[in-house]
Amino acid sequence: MSRYKVLVVEDSPTMRQLIVFALKRIRELTIVEANDGVDGLKKLSTESFDLIFTDINMPIMDGLKLVGLVRKDSQYSQVPIVIITTEGADEDRQRALALGANAYITKPIQTGKIIDAARNLLSLQA
Amino acid sequence: MVEKEDERGTAKRVEEFLQVFKKGAEFTQDLLKENERLRYQIVQLEEVQKSRETPVSSSDDEIDQLHKRIEGLEAEKKEILDRIQQVEAENLDFANRYVEIEAENNNLANLYIASYQLHSTLDYREVLQVITEIIINLIGAEEFAVLLLEEKTNKLEAVVSEGMDEKGLPSVEVGDGIIGQMAKTGENYFIDDLEQYQRDINHPIVCIPLKIKEHVIGVIVIYKLLVQKSRFAEVDYELFTLLAGHAATAIFSSKLYSESERKLSTIQGFIDLLTK
Repeated sequence: MSRYKVLVVEDSPTMRQLIVFALKRIRELTIVEANDGVDGLKKLSTESFDLIFTDINMPIMDGLKLVGLVRKDSQYSQVPIVIITTEGADEDRQRALALGANAYITKPIQTGKIIDAARNLLSLQA
Repeated sequence: MVEKEDERGTAKRVEEFLQVFKKGAEFTQDLLKENERLRYQIVQLEEVQKSRETPVSSSDDEIDQLHKRIEGLEAEKKEILDRIQQVEAENLDFANRYVEIEAENNNLANLYIASYQLHSTLDYREVLQVITEIIINLIGAEEFAVLLLEEKTNKLEAVVSEGMDEKGLPSVEVGDGIIGQMAKTGENYFIDDLEQYQRDINHPIVCIPLKIKEHVIGVIVIYKLLVQKSRFAEVDYELFTLLAGHAATAIFSSKLYSESERKLSTIQGFIDLLTK
């Protein structure tokens, strides 16, 4: 049933669980979790993913740096990336999109927006 | 001689007359036959006409019937259109209900995870961290603090804060100001008109007492929401209620556990001393 693999990079266990819980509503997804940017990169190097969700403010490596590195990798240059962050200013959004993010979702978390973003970027029917 | 010739002439004329009369009789017979034939034709034509007139009158009936049928169909059409409108209205209602249920589902999932996370640890610091994460990620607060009641002094002291210096937070006596009053009464406090709010450390936009049954052990105070959050959502009030109960229990349990662990460690130390 699972057709797509999604990587969720988030340092907060509560937040990570909220995102995973939301994404589990889409049957076609297999979800892999990463604690921060470095952990995320490690998982990206060992497995293949169809979609990436990442926070911005994380220890060790933040989400924006992760986006930049992922986009430089030819394997992931086209893989959609969704940012979920508390940073709601327009310049933050523009910076993330300029780096190569495909969607920008601000907190507080809204499950519907996460599900919609995943469905849109993977062209899945509701 | 002349007489004989006259007789012959008369006979000839009689003969001619008879011939003419005979022809006249034949002609009359022909006329009578023709008349008869024409009469017969007239009767036939009248019958044809009559037979044609009969279907005309039946067509009128059919037209009447068709009119009635059309009226019936029009009524059916109207009924079907009304039913379609009704079904469309029901569909819209279902769609709206679906969206509402979906939103409620999502909110319940969030509340479940928040509750699950609050009770996932007995480590006091971790519990405070989970409360902080819930307030940031689910409520969308940027500046806030958790104040716990010190039983000895009967004052509320900040134990964790986000977006502001913990040391700058006031020590609030129970009953004093908005924060103290909420700690005393156990009621939630909200400012609805956030646009008019002037930041005041003693007057937060939200003050939620942390309660175990009716016993208040502290408060959560929020001073500022994230820039993208202009007002509270319906789910926020449910989250506040959840936090009031579950966060209080989680804090209380983890504190008790920490104390019992500390006491256990002390006793174990004594036992080790005595047995060595």
